[in-house]
Amino acid sequence: MTNRATSTNSPLLKLRGITKRFPGVLALDGVDFTLQAGEIHALLGENGAGKSTLIKVLTGVYRRDTGSMQLGGLEIDPQNPAQAEQLGISTVYQEVNLIPELSVAENISIGRQPRWYGLIDWQACRLRAQEALAPLELSIDVTQPLRTYSIAVQQMVAIARALDQQAKVLVLDEPTSSLDTAEVEQLFRVMRRLRKDGMGIVFVSHFLDQVYAISDRLTVLRGGNLVGEYEAVSLPRLELISKMIGEKVAQVAEMENRHAAPPTTDDQPVVLSAQGIQRRNAIEKMDLEICAGEVVGLAGLLGSGRTETARLLFGIDQPDSGTIKVDGKIVRKHGPRTAIRNRIALAPEDRKEAGIIPNLSVRENIVLALQGRRGWLRRIKRSDQQLLADRFIRALNIATPNSEKLAGQLSGGNQQKVILARWLAMQPKILILDEPTRGIDVGAKVEIENLVAELCADGMALLFISSELAEVCRDSHRIVVLRDQRKIGELTGEEIQLERIMHIIADEQTTEEAEDRTDA
Amino acid sequence: MPESLRKLCWPLAALAVLLLFNALLNPEFFSLHFAEGRLTGSLVDVLDRATPVLLLSLGMTLVIATAGVDLSVGAVMAMAGSISAVLLTDFGMPVLPTLLITLLASLAAGAWNGLLVSMLGIQPIVATLILMVAGRGIAQLLTDGQIIPIEGHPGFAYLGGGTLFFLPVTITIALAAALFTAIAVRYTALGLFIESAGENPTASRYAGLNVRAVRLLVYTLSGLFAGVAGLIYASDITAADANNAGLYLELDAILAVVIGGTALSGGRFFLAGSIIGALIIQTLGTTILMTQIGGQSIPAEWNLIVKAIVVLVVCLLQSAALRQILTGKGVRG
Repeated sequence: MTNRATSTNSPLLKLRGITKRFPGVLALDGVDFTLQAGEIHALLGENGAGKSTLIKVLTGVYRRDTGSMQLGGLEIDPQNPAQAEQLGISTVYQEVNLIPELSVAENISIGRQPRWYGLIDWQACRLRAQEALAPLELSIDVTQPLRTYSIAVQQMVAIARALDQQAKVLVLDEPTSSLDTAEVEQLFRVMRRLRKDGMGIVFVSHFLDQVYAISDRLTVLRGGNLVGEYEAVSLPRLELISKMIGEKVAQVAEMENRHAAPPTTDDQPVVLSAQGIQRRNAIEKMDLEICAGEVVGLAGLLGSGRTETARLLFGIDQPDSGTIKVDGKIVRKHGPRTAIRNRIALAPEDRKEAGIIPNLSVRENIVLALQGRRGWLRRIKRSDQQLLADRFIRALNIATPNSEKLAGQLSGGNQQKVILARWLAMQPKILILDEPTRGIDVGAKVEIENLVAELCADGMALLFISSELAEVCRDSHRIVVLRDQRKIGELTGEEIQLERIMHIIADEQTTEEAEDRTDA
Repeated sequence: MPESLRKLCWPLAALAVLLLFNALLNPEFFSLHFAEGRLTGSLVDVLDRATPVLLLSLGMTLVIATAGVDLSVGAVMAMAGSISAVLLTDFGMPVLPTLLITLLASLAAGAWNGLLVSMLGIQPIVATLILMVAGRGIAQLLTDGQIIPIEGHPGFAYLGGGTLFFLPVTITIALAAALFTAIAVRYTALGLFIESAGENPTASRYAGLNVRAVRLLVYTLSGLFAGVAGLIYASDITAADANNAGLYLELDAILAVVIGGTALSGGRFFLAGSIIGALIIQTLGTTILMTQIGGQSIPAEWNLIVKAIVVLVVCLLQSAALRQILTGKGVRG
């Protein structure tokens, strides 16, 4: 904010020849990156391209091996994130790295609290927080603990902290992953405003639509190397994707244009059927059926009840009423273990918290569910575990040197494949995929979408949940539309069109508001 | 498993250094004699005396691997001693049923911890703290706060003082317990379940593991091993001493596990490491007792301080952060 008068020809931030080596990996190989004051610059690349490493070098988490960094023409060498912040480089991560139990005001000024004779001046602290939040069009009670607010608000607080520190460079690392459409719009408004004020913003995102909507320029990395820097308006989307993933252009075109193959036949048996299931504060009474060889998509905004539905079907939460049938038989005492016995599998939305076991090997992660179903006494022989792991590493093209690598050390896309392998190993009849492609690179995304089509052709019943409507449309035979924890529509075959779904979501909103008014 | 071998390096090195230190200061340390049908000597002594902590550390390893901790093992030891003393002396019960009932009671004590942790979701440190206090209280109530001598029961005395395979029988008991545990966790899927549940309980539950049952089991086992340790201790001193039996041994057991390379945050565990850890702790105690400086032995008051220093050194040796600082990798060259 202090930097609003910097001329455009001398860059705000100039990184040259940045190299960073980890044991056995060259994470960055002589990468250049240039950021102007008053621009939003997207940093793009697949997982493992070196985006995170570059950001961590920039923000002082890692030390570069070679290369130079200049901020406003001065050579800098931040030793740690606190120093980078002092220099004017602030970062907002996908998972907000503030302290949830402290108040909003404390989070904004922590480490730099205003003092009054050595004691913290709480009133000044609160005023300062309100001041920092004002340009973000956010008026909240700054004395409340941070955790009481949504992720979107928490991110705004993190940005406010950056403003309070007079940041010149703001790094936003996957800021929109947990936001719904309206929240993304609000974030973009704030970003545009900061750009006008002369801040340089580095924007990292997997959502290419958003990248194009907000960015001025793009820098693409691949495999630790700089691919190039481009004006956003002059680089077509398909070309960008091909630059990100290398030579797989044809594959990209295929994905962009494809539609789910028609279901094998119409007379497939219903495998999973939920009748009138409901749960307070999760999902209102709904019916759902999935046939063998069918992909049913759940479409809706964040908080519409998608994940809640998945949790009920897999037995993580119990429905208040309603029945769930597998192959026509009612499932009683529903829980993950019963679900698995009925050959239902769930790849959960939150890969890190609920999916991967980071310090166990890829092999152990893959055999886990199968071994869990067999029980502890009937251990799968080590040699069989090996065969199983190797088979899935090959089949799903999991990028790992061997099956003994710790799963937590793989990239996000490969972790997701390991979790899929865990479920495929126990040959499920019903596979629930909750955001299977979130936060993973384009290449892995194509592979996972292809896998969905293959499994379906083999007769599996799939429930596909994604916040990317286009993806749901592409991969589903039937789409159930949810809004505000209610099923509000169902589309099949030709009816499946992106616009139509968006209309359903929007129209329902107006009729419901009308209802509310008549009720009142 | 190369990882487990790597993890064992530093504890083994520490043990070797300790033994070497003893060999230098006291040439007698490694000498073994054959007398009265059994081997005697400092090494045998160390192994014999290490058995209670070793037994505790076996259970503790599994508990810690589930990201828990069992503070009650020392108190359960005292309980086991008191129960067996009361049964033998007041009730005149034969030795075998006494042992059986004592072990069942220890098992139940462990299961109680497990229930509090797995079913009621009480934090392990709090849940086992309850029994740590109550267990010793029960032991004291049973014995009216007195030391009850256990005499005239050769079968019972054999546990702590008998000879088997020319060695104290305690060594065989500890070895059997270690083998039993190793087979139970590595030749079934239990080890995988324990590590998985400790590392990420939510993901484990979603993968269909019975995380509650796993927790219940490890605390129960821990209780059982504490019972065995308590019996050995009572037999060794031929008395039930509710005030001192197993006092602070839970801390030694936790130390042994940590020295052995198992992280308190749960996940991967190293049984062999814990065993070496227990041996290090006992060797240290014996070393301090035996070391003579200028004809004078080290005062017993130094025991705890020296122990703390050695444990600190072993933990520092395993610290990745410290190694980075020392090798200069953490600092840009």
